[in-house]
Amino acid sequence: MYNANKVIIGIIVFLIFFAMPFWLNFGKVEALPKPELPKEEKKCIEDTDYMKAYHMKFLDEWRKTKVREGKVYYINKEGKIYKMSLQRTCMKCHDNKEKFCDRCHKNLVVQPDCWKCHLAPEEVKKWQ
Amino acid sequence: MNLIFSLIVLAILILIPLIGVGVLGLSSLFAIFIPYLAFAIFFFGLIYRIIDWARSPQPYKITTTSGQQKSLSWIKHSRLESPASSWEVYLRMFFEVFLFRSLFRNLRADFDGKRLIYGSAKWLWLGAILFHFSFLVIMIRHLRFFVNEVPSFVQKISAVDSFFQLGVPPIYITDILILAGLGFLLLRRLVDAKVNYLSYASDYFPLLLIISIALTGILMRLYVKPDLYAIKQLTYGLATFNPALPKGNLSMLFYIHLFLVSSLAAYFPFSKLVHMVGVFFSPTRNMPNDNRMSRHINPWEYPVKYVTYAEWQEKFRDVLEEAGIPIDEEWTNVAQK
Repeated sequence: MYNANKVIIGIIVFLIFFAMPFWLNFGKVEALPKPELPKEEKKCIEDTDYMKAYHMKFLDEWRKTKVREGKVYYINKEGKIYKMSLQRTCMKCHDNKEKFCDRCHKNLVVQPDCWKCHLAPEEVKKWQ
Repeated sequence: MNLIFSLIVLAILILIPLIGVGVLGLSSLFAIFIPYLAFAIFFFGLIYRIIDWARSPQPYKITTTSGQQKSLSWIKHSRLESPASSWEVYLRMFFEVFLFRSLFRNLRADFDGKRLIYGSAKWLWLGAILFHFSFLVIMIRHLRFFVNEVPSFVQKISAVDSFFQLGVPPIYITDILILAGLGFLLLRRLVDAKVNYLSYASDYFPLLLIISIALTGILMRLYVKPDLYAIKQLTYGLATFNPALPKGNLSMLFYIHLFLVSSLAAYFPFSKLVHMVGVFFSPTRNMPNDNRMSRHINPWEYPVKYVTYAEWQEKFRDVLEEAGIPIDEEWTNVAQK
């Protein structure tokens, strides 16, 4: 092998870069934090699979219909009526932002801007 | 024809997970086994290519010299175009690898009436740089799926990349840029007759493959949402060598995305894409132009056994004299010395 030391440095740099997912986890493997679901309520507004994947679209839709069209109520697939409100409807059951929202969001680098205007239940409690 | 062939191969590649997972239900094969296999091929294949190239000798110094060579002290020499020291070679390689300097000099030949003219053509450079750097950022961003406590630089990059906050979830700037870059690189091959003439299936296929990967990714981010928590469970398991199929539903689109990425990784070391390591082994780029300062020894060179005329004459002196062939005494003296 010609220029062996340079080539070996090159291989090491290549491995360091492309094996990043492996060595960044080294020595601190643990179970992923699981979001805490509400204990009393078993059913969300729509079914769980849909909520897991599409909740951000769902909330965005709520925001648009409420703020821009002035509609207040949402009727789900089963015909149940909900008031469209993040703080009053969603967070009534999911009453802990840190244990429900943030666990996944932090873990997956999702940076929603909900809480720039809305108040998390923890904060509401502080002011009551 | 070349384009159609690559499109057919791509369609087959998309059909494989569709049938494999959708019909046959081989989820763990497509979610765990194939990605591992593909990345093993990627790592070992590339290291094999590196060592293979490193073992090939460079018999001649063939550095590209498009600038003034270093010679006399009062002649200004061009450090990047005709590097004389290894430091200058490093500098040239840096500009080559990170800024695609040779592409920046890309020229376009065309006829002005009957006259052949050359003009600067920076579009290729722009398309290439958009594509490559977007790809880099996208790859770094994907670390969020593989690491549990995502490092802060990944978070910062994601934040900057979704700076415009368009839509929910916000669209990434690099997603648009990579499609713009790839779109241009593909269109260039389709529209420009000269480039079209020398485009093979092996040129179209990687472009189409990466475009499909980007499109499935963008589709998953913006429209057909998968269960991201389940995906992270799978990918985190893969990264920690603790793979397990998550309970949640991994969407079909995710399987297609994963299979295409695996195909890209496995195809990488055997295709033109291996220019990623090849660029470091370009003899025209990585050699200093110091022919006049130090001699480049051909690694093939071995001590050749030869006989001088004087030695030959000495050996056959008797026969030569007998045959009346004149003896060159001058040579004899040299041989005796």
